[in-house]
This record gives sequence, structure tokens and C-alpha cells, in this order.
Amino acid sequence: MTLLDARPGRPVRILKIADDQARAQCVRFGIGEGTVIDSAETLPLGPVLVRHCRQEICMGRKLAGRVLIEDTESA
Amino acid sequence: MSATTATAPCCPSPTVDAPAGARRIVLVGNPNVGKSLFFNAFTGLYVDVSNYPGTTVAVSSGRMGDDVVLDTPGIYGVSSFNDEETVARDIVMEADVVLNVVDAVHLERDLFLTQQIIDMGIPMVVALNMADEARAKGVEIDVEELSGRLDVPVVPTVAVRREGFDQVRAALADARPGRSDPELQERLAALLDRAGTRPEALLVLEADRYVSERTGVSVEGQRDAIYQDRRRRVDAVVAAAVRQPAGRSDLGARLGRALVRPLVGIPVLALTLFAMYEVIGVFVAGTVVGFTEGTVMQGHVEPFLRGAIERVTGSSGTAYSVLAGEFGVVTMTVTYILGLLLPLVIAFYLLMSTLEDSGYLPRIAALSDRLMSGIGLNGRAIIPMILGFGWITMATMTTRILGSERERRIATALMAFAIPCSAQLGVVVALLAAAGGGMIALAYGAIMVLIFGLIGLALDRVLPGKSTDLLIDLPPLRLPRPRNVLTKTYHKTWMFLKEVSLYFVAGALLLSLLEVTGALQGLQGLLAPLTVGWLGLPSAASNAFVMGFVRRDFGAAGLFDLGLGGTQILVALVTITLFVPCIASVLIIMKERGRAFTAAVWFGSVGLAFFVGGVVAKLAGVL
Repeated sequence: MTLLDARPGRPVRILKIADDQARAQCVRFGIGEGTVIDSAETLPLGPVLVRHCRQEICMGRKLAGRVLIEDTESA
Repeated sequence: MSATTATAPCCPSPTVDAPAGARRIVLVGNPNVGKSLFFNAFTGLYVDVSNYPGTTVAVSSGRMGDDVVLDTPGIYGVSSFNDEETVARDIVMEADVVLNVVDAVHLERDLFLTQQIIDMGIPMVVALNMADEARAKGVEIDVEELSGRLDVPVVPTVAVRREGFDQVRAALADARPGRSDPELQERLAALLDRAGTRPEALLVLEADRYVSERTGVSVEGQRDAIYQDRRRRVDAVVAAAVRQPAGRSDLGARLGRALVRPLVGIPVLALTLFAMYEVIGVFVAGTVVGFTEGTVMQGHVEPFLRGAIERVTGSSGTAYSVLAGEFGVVTMTVTYILGLLLPLVIAFYLLMSTLEDSGYLPRIAALSDRLMSGIGLNGRAIIPMILGFGWITMATMTTRILGSERERRIATALMAFAIPCSAQLGVVVALLAAAGGGMIALAYGAIMVLIFGLIGLALDRVLPGKSTDLLIDLPPLRLPRPRNVLTKTYHKTWMFLKEVSLYFVAGALLLSLLEVTGALQGLQGLLAPLTVGWLGLPSAASNAFVMGFVRRDFGAAGLFDLGLGGTQILVALVTITLFVPCIASVLIIMKERGRAFTAAVWFGSVGLAFFVGGVVAKLAGVL
């Protein structure tokens, strides 16, 4: 599943960011492949809001669809 | 250093005089960490703000004692992802000392850049800024541990109150290259004989295309591996030196989150835009400019200048017309720049700096991302669009923040075609009211929104390349700091005036020459068949269009006295709104996007304006 499928308010693990530049930028923000983020939520009529370590990052839906995640429980 | 190519400027040009032996102290940090406060405090008033060669990014430089201090744009890492990074990269690579300002609340993020510069081997001091905010949020930072782990001096500061600045200045003498990764340094050492300097070697290894080209060294890029490894090292440093409480949200955080949700966000945005329109469009553009342009400039300064010129040239010759006539190079330039532009620019930058400082702008971008992605833009493009309603010239310059040239083109074209500036909007509103408002106003609004959407969709289809996706960090909401807002406003206003003044002189000269040679009147005659035959307007309306070449609001104003009926008003307003952008805008568009693009927009908007205007006239006739 992708960031678009994340349930609001629940931590998820980032598995893969399928965009070179976005992957590098996310690592700078503190989010790498394997990082467990605090939560991700698709905003109504808007982008995806990713929360991690007191930061809030907005990611366009097209890009969020290329970020693979898994539930932290299933790992 | 190895030879450089023309594509990438190698050396930043410190615009202040640097004595021999002066250190280049470079301020580096993520966006919104308070870097500019350090710069202002260290350099005082005598700073130089100029565009970095070959880019549109402004760089400030100043003096601190015998040393040169350079400010860089806020970045999250050193590379070539955008103009800001390119500029920061080149300045950092030439630094003798880096003063890295980090946000104590977001160390996981900020220390990535710190560690990257440490890996470059550049001597560094870290200013641990917003130390008070971190404490208030319950974040405990062991400064000695942090300093020990990074192996560079770390000084806690509160930049808004200038706390810790003396200690930072003193620490600059102890700046040293920090602790890197031995294995990475070995790999860098192996590259050094080919890549020149250690910073260059690191960027080559991180697959930075420009630095690879410049140094002529290409190795298999290892950016992902180096980044992931650096991320691990930073996380280890943070784990050892920072104790943080489980996330809890204060009022600011909750408000910040509500603002990106449509239910709260859209009404707040509407209110903000309305307030901006009231301040800039109504109060400053009307009342203030009425005084500065009308009373002061046209009432006192222009007659004085005209008198002075008349004494030299006489009052009837060509020289007089060019210098002091209707579009006089001396009179129009002075009136436009000081009477009209200056109050607008100051008001505009005051509001924008306030919004910027408060952290609200990125939230507007988030709110509008979905809508903008339909026309090949992402949420960040909303910012120049909003500015466009105030003033297209300024908005065109602001398209610099967009991620690709493709997006900058779409945004610039949309504004030039379909967004009326505040002065024009004022005249349009008045004319719509005269037409009886209601249905005509609704029709006008609907036609403009439709055209805006269609142009956006068409450009998205036609322009080559790929638009970038939104990926931004939402800074915490803060009360704007007046000192910061004023400093920003002062620097930006000054830079803007410096940039546009020459363009205005050129524009006025061109118009004067058209007028004294009779070309202006000729144009009017040429337009008549179009105006009368196709649009169904009286022949005198062509005057309005010729004036519209100068400024669209002058054009709209020219429609006032024609005694038009309801349908005619609709046709005339649609046509004049879509009509060519004013001379000042054209000059700025040319500077930002180049001649070919400007020509396409200019001829395109003339064609589109008359085409749509005519279609509306025929449709209204049938209905």
C-alpha cells in the first residue's frame, strides 16, 4: 500500500520512495526508507500531510502514491 | 581548483571589498531558522544585496571587522535540486568558515545539513538557535554532548533577542572541521587528486551532476547510500544529545493543522485575501497613491521638473516631448517609480514579509495543491497567483520559487493573460457597477474563470517537460517579528527599485518616441475595424486599447466615458482584461522568461482578447 492508504493518526513504516529527488529530500527531512513516521493523512481536497518528529510535511498526492508503506504491526 | 566551465559559475562574487587575508564567513541553515537575524546583527546596515550571477537568487554580503560575511538562501542540504541550492552550494564551497544556524526544536532535520558540511571538511561553528523555544517545548539538549559528538563549537542562541551573539562571534575563532565518517573520508581522499577540493569530491560522490561536469570527474553516484548513512549518524547524535518528550500539541500546532483543512483553511484564506485587497488594492493603491502620485508628483514635482526642462529645451520641440511630454522620460519615470511604485512596493512587501514570517504561506500552498495540479502546477504556484491580483510585475518575479521552468512559464502566462491587477480590478468593478452589476458581473466572472482554467489546461498539455510535485515542510506558526519584517521589507524594496528603474526609463523612452513620430496615432487607426466591426464597440474604444498597451488599467479607464450599454461593457471588459500585460509587466516577463516567451504571450493575449471578446459579442447578440 502507499501513503495514500495510511489511516490517519497511526504510525506507518516507509518502505520505498520511488522518486530519486523526493527520496533525497525526505532523507534530509529525517525520513528514509525504513523510517517509522508518526502518521500520514490525506487531507480533504488536498495533499498528504506527513507528521514526523514535530515536523509536518506536505506531499502532493501523485508523489504520495509512489511512496510504499506498511503498518507497523505487520512488520 | 580545477578549470571551470561556463555553465556553472564557480566563484561567488562578494560585492563588498574584501581586504587581503579576510575570512569568508558563510551563514548556512535550513529555511526559517533565523539566519537573517544573525546576518543583520553581524553586518549592520552596510550590506549589499545582489542577484547571484546567472541566477535569480538574491545573496547578501557584508563586513564584520576585517571579515566578509555572506548569507545564503535557506536549504535542507547542499546539492543542485533548485536555484537556491545551487547558489548556496557554490558559496559554501568557497567558505573559510561556516556558521551553521540550526533550529533547536528540529535537530533531526537541521543536523543533516550540518553533518553534510562537516563531511566537506569546512571549519564550522553551530549556533543552536531558538534554544528558548526548545526548552518551552520540553526538548532538553545536552550542548556539550552535541558539541563533542559533532566535534565543532556549539553555541545556544535566541536570535530574536540577540542572546548568545557575542559568544558566537568569539567561537568563530575556534571553528574547526568536525567529526566525519572515516570510511567516507577515505573514499573522498581517493578522489582528491582529480576533483580538486574536498567539498567538490563529496558532491561528485553524491552524484551532483553540475559539480561532476565542472570538475570533469564522474564516478558512480552513491547519493542514496551516503545520504542513508549520514541520516544514521545524525540520528545517533540526536539520540545521544537530545531528550524529547512524547509529542504533545500546543495551540499553535493545532491552529497550524486546522489551516490546511478546507473547512477552516478556505474561510481564513478568503479573509486574508480580502484584507490584503483592502490594504493594497483599496487603501494604498487608492488613497496613498492618490496622494503620492496625484498631489505630490503630478501636483508639485512634475510641474517643477517640466519648468526646469522647459528652460533648457523650450516648450515645443521633440526634446521637450521626449523628456517631459505625456510619456516623458524624466517626468513619467519619476512619477511612476516614486509616486506609484514605491508606496505599493513597500505595502506589498510589508504584508508579504508578515505572511512569510508567520509561516502561513506554505499552508496556502498545501490548501490549493489539488486545484493547481489540474493545470500542471503544484500548490506553491498559488503564491505568485495571489500576488498577481495585487500586482503582476511583482508576481512574475515571484514565480522564481516554482520548481521547474515549465511551471514558471505556466504561472507567468496565466497571470499575463487572465489575472487583472488591483488597479485594473478597481476600474472593472466600477464599470460593472455602472452596467447594473448582477448578471453582467456574474457573466464576467464566469468567463474569466473559464478562460483561466482553459489556458492552464492547454499549457499543461502543450508545454514539454514534467511539473514537480509538492514536497514542503510546514514551519510552525509564529507571531511575525516586526524587526524581521521591516528589515526584509527594506532590503526587498531597495532591491526591486534598483532592478526596475532602468526598465522604466527604457519603457518611457520607447513610448515617447512612438508618440513624437506619430506611430501611436497610427496604431489607433489600425485597430478601428476590429473594434467596431468585430466587437461592436464605438470607434473611440480603440483609444482604450492603445492605452491598454501602456497599462491595462488606463485602458479600462478609457472605457468609462464611452456611454456603453450592458453587453458592450461585458465585451469591452472581457477584451481589456485578457489584453496585453502593461509595459512594466512585459519588461519584467522579458527579463525573467526571455524574448521568445514574451512575444508569444504578448501576441497570444492580443489574439485571445479580441477572439474571446468577439465571440462574447456574437453570443450575446444571439441570446
